[in-house]
Amino acid sequence: MANRLSRIRLSRRNFMVGSATAAVAMPLVGARAGSQPERPSETIRYTAPVKLTINHQPYELNLDLRTTLLDAIRDHTGLTGTKKGCDHGQCGACTVLINGTRVLSCLTFAVMADGREVTTIEGLAREDSSLHPMQQAFIDCDAFQCGYCTPGQIMSAVGCVHEGHAASEGEIREYMSGNLCRCAAYPNVVAAILQARDETRKA
Amino acid sequence: MIPGPFEYHRPTTIADAVKLLCDFGDDARPLAGGHSLIPMMKLRLATPSHLIDLQALEALKGIRREAESIVIGPMTTQHELLSSQIISKSLPILHEAALVIADPQVRYRGTIGGNIANGDPGNDMPALMMTLDATYRLVGTDETREVSVRDYYQGAYFTALEPGEIMTAITIPVPPVGHGYAYEKLKRKIGDYATAAAAVILTMSDGKVATCSIGLTNLSETALLAEDAAQLVIGTALDDATLKKASAAAEAIMSPAADGRGPVEYRKHVGGVMVARALKRAASVAV
Repeated sequence: MANRLSRIRLSRRNFMVGSATAAVAMPLVGARAGSQPERPSETIRYTAPVKLTINHQPYELNLDLRTTLLDAIRDHTGLTGTKKGCDHGQCGACTVLINGTRVLSCLTFAVMADGREVTTIEGLAREDSSLHPMQQAFIDCDAFQCGYCTPGQIMSAVGCVHEGHAASEGEIREYMSGNLCRCAAYPNVVAAILQARDETRKA
Repeated sequence: MIPGPFEYHRPTTIADAVKLLCDFGDDARPLAGGHSLIPMMKLRLATPSHLIDLQALEALKGIRREAESIVIGPMTTQHELLSSQIISKSLPILHEAALVIADPQVRYRGTIGGNIANGDPGNDMPALMMTLDATYRLVGTDETREVSVRDYYQGAYFTALEPGEIMTAITIPVPPVGHGYAYEKLKRKIGDYATAAAAVILTMSDGKVATCSIGLTNLSETALLAEDAAQLVIGTALDDATLKKASAAAEAIMSPAADGRGPVEYRKHVGGVMVARALKRAASVAV
């Protein structure tokens, strides 16, 4: 892995010269009467090629190593169904499946998932474009209001069922506890999972 | 929310990992599940310039029984602990504790090694390890050390682990068959660190406590062993007066910080309540 890494040094000064808008805007923001502007510190950027299979589609991305799997999915593949909520592992909005298990894509650097199979909300629908039973159940049960947490809720719900943690309402609540819904559509989320449970097991 | 720049390494042998950690010293951090380190990196509370990802080190994974001990690889995830028959049979308190750590997504990636190695006082497993009297194997370039958990935690995020060392095994003596156990954790919501938590392992004989060990989570700069409180309950049937004394003895060694989880007085008070609850429940499941 290490020898695949390339090292790009980029000074902020050079970057500023190349970016006219930034160069104009910065002095207005940063200016303080009588004070010398601080010399910008050098920015080091490390990049690496990262291979991901997302929804059965292979991608080869050249990424800044700091790129989270979430940002790689949203900003580098155009799949914006996966949502960034807290970006801190608290809310579950960014939940995707990696090799079938649900993980928080905001707390995974893309490079850590190199070579893995990722499933996002866009990968759930069937080939004929009909909805996955869990997606349909969320609609049927009105399991969202604003909908922002919904892709994460649905991915987590699919994981929850496949893990075998959807036997009862109580178990569903416990094993869906990593997904917050600010609109508090929780009862309907539980209802949707109960509705789609058996079909999801077969799907 | 963007971490500082770092170089990424994914060694495939423990020797390579140790060499990388040794070569880069304080500039390197081992990366296990990343669910403590990555948030800290995003807040720039940690800015390692080299990340040593341990995910390819199969030798650091797995749970096995060796004579009278259970040996757990530090890269074993909380989810794997929960799925392990060995754990649920021989160390059921770890099963119980893993269930109240974070949430399912986090438990798929979060590892026991990550939970115990970095010395975060909010983490649950250090107090469990103290209660169970675990030993950590630390491997460096020249030396392999077996460090008792009692000597490992020295302060918040300050441990006996030296730069260039890696934890390779957690050895836990198996408690006697029929022992009582409980981990009582008070938290504001699922996924939160403990406001206060207490772990108890005990054995009963003729309705009285024969042996007892009590660990405390998030009530000081490190996990604590409440030795005086444990000593107080030995030989008793855990009557109310004894429980009160044990709680008070445990509270006497607590020094929690005042934070969003409550002022110091409150956290000490509920710490005492957790001790009493854990003692009672442990006794009720002891055979």
